[in-house]
Amino acid sequence: MIYKVISKPEFATFIDSLVRQNLSYGPRQVDTDGNGQPVYQFREVRSADEIAFDYTVTHSSAKHFLLPFREELSRFAFADGDWEQDIRYEIKPLVLIGLRPCDISAINILDNVLLNGHYPSPYYLARRKNTFIVGMDHLPLPDCFCKSLNHHTVSDGFHLFCSDIGDKYYLSINSSKAYTYLKEFGIGEPTEEDDCKLIERRKLIKQSFQTSVEVSGLPSFLDIEFDSPIWTKWGDKCLNCGTCAMVCPTCYCYNTEDRPDTDLKGSSRQKQLYSCNLVDFAEVAGGHNFRPKNGDRLKYRYYHHYRGFAENANQQICVGCNRCGRACLADINPKDVINDLRMEKESCMTCVSESPRKT
Amino acid sequence: MRTDRGYHCRITNIVTLTEQEKLFQLRIIDSVERSIFRFRPGQFLMLQVPGYGEVPISISGSTSNSEMIEFCVRRAGHVTSALFQAKEGAKVSVRGPFGSSFPMEEMKEHNVILVAGGLGIAPLRAPLLWINEHRDNYGDVHLLYGAKEPSQMLFTYQFEEWRKINHIDLHTIVELPEPGWTGKTGMITELFNDISIAPANTYAIVCGPPVMFKFVCNHLDRQGIPMNRMFVSLERRMHCGMGKCCRCMVGSTFTCVDGPVFDYWSVLNLKEAI
Repeated sequence: MIYKVISKPEFATFIDSLVRQNLSYGPRQVDTDGNGQPVYQFREVRSADEIAFDYTVTHSSAKHFLLPFREELSRFAFADGDWEQDIRYEIKPLVLIGLRPCDISAINILDNVLLNGHYPSPYYLARRKNTFIVGMDHLPLPDCFCKSLNHHTVSDGFHLFCSDIGDKYYLSINSSKAYTYLKEFGIGEPTEEDDCKLIERRKLIKQSFQTSVEVSGLPSFLDIEFDSPIWTKWGDKCLNCGTCAMVCPTCYCYNTEDRPDTDLKGSSRQKQLYSCNLVDFAEVAGGHNFRPKNGDRLKYRYYHHYRGFAENANQQICVGCNRCGRACLADINPKDVINDLRMEKESCMTCVSESPRKT
Repeated sequence: MRTDRGYHCRITNIVTLTEQEKLFQLRIIDSVERSIFRFRPGQFLMLQVPGYGEVPISISGSTSNSEMIEFCVRRAGHVTSALFQAKEGAKVSVRGPFGSSFPMEEMKEHNVILVAGGLGIAPLRAPLLWINEHRDNYGDVHLLYGAKEPSQMLFTYQFEEWRKINHIDLHTIVELPEPGWTGKTGMITELFNDISIAPANTYAIVCGPPVMFKFVCNHLDRQGIPMNRMFVSLERRMHCGMGKCCRCMVGSTFTCVDGPVFDYWSVLNLKEAI
């Protein structure tokens, strides 16, 4: 990693040059919500002016640039009663600008899941290797809890990371590609004052978190509370819409299906992101459903996120962005569910008799 | 192993077993691919019908015959329905083989009990054929097979061969008898009364509908067979076979990568497994 500083006007020139030469996506205001607050999304940008560098959060995550909602895995061509299969891993190089640390952490988690294990995904690998990531630090929203999961900072998984230190950005340059680009612009060595400002900035971010979720020991908690009535309680509220998984930066479960062309001369095998909250997620041929109840499916999502799947990601895969909580139509969010679960256990602790006095 | 691009195969023969089940015999078209294709009893393949989709199917055939891959398929969804329309000579594709297998080497010199319920005989046929081909390596071999009705019983045409030539102690039972059925009626666990086992020297393989596992495995447990010598093959809907789509997750375990074959001790530690 190389550390440099760049003035904000010069940074805008650098970004302008970058996005004019490459297919680029960055945060843009696309609407306002019911309270008049801006709604941001990652959209294609062609100049630095279009990018909202001071954005708060995008409603959907940057996951979809690496894991599109729908992706073609292969094509079949039918002719004379026979068929041939064609598989390609080609994609266009892409620049992503303005990712928050938790979003970059989410991509690191996806790397761990999709590039490690027995069978790395060539589709994901092709996209990941051709994506240039510029990260930016940010002040948290009142309901963000990235700090609880230690994802409020990030040290890997990006090409360039920018910290706002007033009239300059403090740059963490993490690839030769980024350094080569930046050399053409007015970057300088950080002064002692710049270093101090960076430390102050980090302190400010750390202290700005208003929400915390206690996740320590959660894996065993979840195992012990597998049959807790808490799951039925929250399951009864859940609408099984799958929105949480769509906006989540780490949810990667998918479905595959064949889609025949309208002229029936070919067919496309596609994967489509799915949600474990959808009713047929664990249904097998013949109609038997291994998770028929809402609560079973909701619990499964929490299991996946906070207990961790052993094979590919032996870690908690939630990054604490609370997009799922904000998007949930039934007002379910991780903080409330986890606190509910822990409270049940804590109230049980009060029933435990006191230790005998030492004599 | 093929994970994205399948082995292209021709359907060489189709045996109608019941109204709902057929045995498909496939041959890999490319001779080089055919010579390197290997699988172990208990593994499954993703069977692809282009234009319709793909489904995970346990391999029901012999591991020693690379000329022929056998699948016992029940018509249960749109992909299997499309497969049922296929004629001999049709081209399909298979990805894999995926998953864990029954420890046939470890079972050597031991008695083996195979317990199959309904379509559960399909994945059990591969280890059964393995035992038949290496019969001298194993002690007493019992096959307990239960079906809902006599007409739903699969592979009945091979029963005599298994019994007489391969000395398999075969017992069958049905829940609902039909006219002409002279065999036993009841639940599969009743068949345990017909056999005597030496628990210390016995392995068990169990496959059937989820409701059957607990009853059968609990019975075997009470008989004294250690849980790590009881093997089950779990059913789930796999979409990738590679531990990525998460459709087959049970707790923290992927049925496609860590299973489908598990020992019973592991299954007891998996919430929602059966």
